[in-house]
Amino acid sequence: MTHAPHRALVHGDRTGPPGASRTGPRPHRTSSGRWSSARRPLVLALLLASFAMVFAALLPSGTAQAAGEQVRGTLTTGSTGPIAGVEVTVTTAGGDEVDSVETDDAGRFAIDLPDGAGDYTVTIDEDALPEGVTAGDGASRDVTVEENRRLPVTFALTDGEERGSGRILAVQLFVDGLRFGLLIALAAVGLSLIFGTTGLTNFAHGELVTIGAVVAFFINATGVPLVAAAVVAVLVGAAVGALNELALWRPLRKRGTGLVAALVVSIGLSLALRYLIQTVYGGRSNAYTDYQSQRARDFGAFAITDRDLYSIVIALVVLVGVALMLQRSRIGKAMRAVADNRDLAASSGIDVNRVILVVWMAGGALAALGGVLLGLSDQVQWDMGFRLLLLMFAGVTLGGLGTAYGALLGSVIVGVFIQMSTLVIPNDMKYVGGLLLLIVILIVRPQGILGSRARIG
Amino acid sequence: MNEFLDALSLGVRSMFAYQAVFFALLAMGLNLHFGYTGLLNFGQIAFAMVGGFGIAISVTQWGLPFFVGVLIGLVAAVVLALLLGLPTLRLRADYLAIVTIAAAEALRLLFRSVSSTPVTGGTQGISAFNTGFLDLSPWSPAGRYDILGTRWSGVELWTVTVGWTLVVLGSLLIFALMRSPWGRVLKAIREDEDAARALGKNVYSYKMQSLVLGGVFGALGGMVYALGTGSVQPDQYQNANTFLAYGALILGGAARVLGPVVGAMLLWFIIAFSDSGLSALIGNGVSFFGLFQLDDVFDATDVAFARFIIIGIGIMLLMIFRPQGIFGDRREVLLDAR
Repeated sequence: MTHAPHRALVHGDRTGPPGASRTGPRPHRTSSGRWSSARRPLVLALLLASFAMVFAALLPSGTAQAAGEQVRGTLTTGSTGPIAGVEVTVTTAGGDEVDSVETDDAGRFAIDLPDGAGDYTVTIDEDALPEGVTAGDGASRDVTVEENRRLPVTFALTDGEERGSGRILAVQLFVDGLRFGLLIALAAVGLSLIFGTTGLTNFAHGELVTIGAVVAFFINATGVPLVAAAVVAVLVGAAVGALNELALWRPLRKRGTGLVAALVVSIGLSLALRYLIQTVYGGRSNAYTDYQSQRARDFGAFAITDRDLYSIVIALVVLVGVALMLQRSRIGKAMRAVADNRDLAASSGIDVNRVILVVWMAGGALAALGGVLLGLSDQVQWDMGFRLLLLMFAGVTLGGLGTAYGALLGSVIVGVFIQMSTLVIPNDMKYVGGLLLLIVILIVRPQGILGSRARIG
Repeated sequence: MNEFLDALSLGVRSMFAYQAVFFALLAMGLNLHFGYTGLLNFGQIAFAMVGGFGIAISVTQWGLPFFVGVLIGLVAAVVLALLLGLPTLRLRADYLAIVTIAAAEALRLLFRSVSSTPVTGGTQGISAFNTGFLDLSPWSPAGRYDILGTRWSGVELWTVTVGWTLVVLGSLLIFALMRSPWGRVLKAIREDEDAARALGKNVYSYKMQSLVLGGVFGALGGMVYALGTGSVQPDQYQNANTFLAYGALILGGAARVLGPVVGAMLLWFIIAFSDSGLSALIGNGVSFFGLFQLDDVFDATDVAFARFIIIGIGIMLLMIFRPQGIFGDRREVLLDAR
């Protein structure tokens, strides 16, 4: 499993059968500006709609939950942030009141239904909403709760303050996409470095992301500030990365396990870890206790909450740090040397195993940090890392497998592409766009933007 | 003791249930891909999904007869295989792995999205499309039949009969193919792609044929599963199922005709036995070697996830210590990456 980067040296550059051309047309890039200018009225309408949405805690449907029926949801808008203190009332189909609660500081409500499955009406107190916020399509919802279901209920709130603000949806989505792409990049740099140095396509990398988020969540839930919890989570991530290398991959390299076998092993590891996390953490999505009730700050063309802004800053600082480390420090140069040519690096006196260990620790720490930040913006879920993994692959492939800078660039492009694609496709299909992008890249430029041809086989 | 026997009989029953047929067919397709050709297809479940939805959509939405639906499902699988293979089969193995897993996830998200609800039924999926299939059944769908102490409904019995017939026919087909020159080329590609190319074989075309045929097996599996459950929902076709099928294949032994079949049966025995066994243990409040109460760690819903943990660890251990599984030949499964 250690020889992938040198295959070209052993076998020579592989060319396809005669007549088979690998170079297709260059990817056609659409400038984002065209959308915004041509579609201004539509964009503004969409802006209103999307920013006034109330997001329910979306659970992955189909996963079994603990017994007990419940309706739950979150009241929030883009500009006000979560709305606390709004009375939510549930009545049965017959008109009897089941219970009424006020939304908490995170705008959330959850009402247990002791009568079990059936039809219910959920009503919010429209008068208690902040000024300018109205329930766009009515203040009550008729829902049918199935057995053992915690049903998310959404209210589409229209936010009057949004009207007339100078935001441009394309810019807003670009900023969101930049944030998302930087988070992908944090995790993907490690994935790419591990691939570069060991040849392993690590399908269990997503679980490192989840572990970071889940560890931070559990520590944060005990009352420790999120910043401290994040530091611990990053350290745990590095430790898990080191454990991965020392307990599993180094022995496997010694045994001479093939790359394909190693890949299948990483899939087994991913499966076991993922469901272990679900057993420990549960199937629900949870938010951290800190930084939840934040208003989006208005920057003219776009608005962003402080926590998202800091996510971007932290990710940028860390990624620049990683780049400097790779470029300037001894260990960074050693990493690039091992990734370039392992045997040559070893014969130049580089301790290859130590370098790989450092790569794993760095990869684990970066993935954990990415997980913490992702949990901050999108809530913590047991399979968040696995869903991110495919986007990481997209980013890494787009940038060029095995190159650290390629992973960075590719991930940011994937993140921006996914968010901006919601301009034309429905929101719940945005990941489809990202994954299709991955497939298209492989057709037109399999080595990626910064990759070298020798790697692709 | 009684519970142990119950768990055992449940385990044996599920060795023959339609879920086992589903995974046997998935794993047979993967055996063609991974075992014989060395292709890493991690999106086998996508083939099952287009197979199942092929029937469901043609019958309920387009009002076509059942067998036309089957045909459409198979054609959809062929098209999917061509689409996946076209960009990736010239590249190294892990590119196909990434693309197939991405395509499977993308298709599932596409099928369950709100905008495709008019066609696929969204997260609710489609049901009531199997009447054309049940009309052919010699057993009454509503009936209950006892066979060797296990109870089967008429629907299950008919699905299982058709399913195992497909497995047997498919195994015979693979057996014959692998003895033919075509099969020998596939194995040659697995062993050394360059050598096969040097002999003038069109490696790309052979890989594509293998991908298509294996995908058709996956689609058949998806159809059996859809007919067995009587409904199709996108979320039934999670990526984890592909890995379960890999577990079955590696357990039984890759590059062996009966490896995936035996592997799938054993896998379902292990799953059903451990599910009901664990449930019983939790119900009785058994402690883990006196260290902690089992029901503190697992509650009843976690049992369903325990299977994935067991299978995941099982795949790792098998791949490390016995990559040939039960029947395989070690020399045939030590693949180098391409």
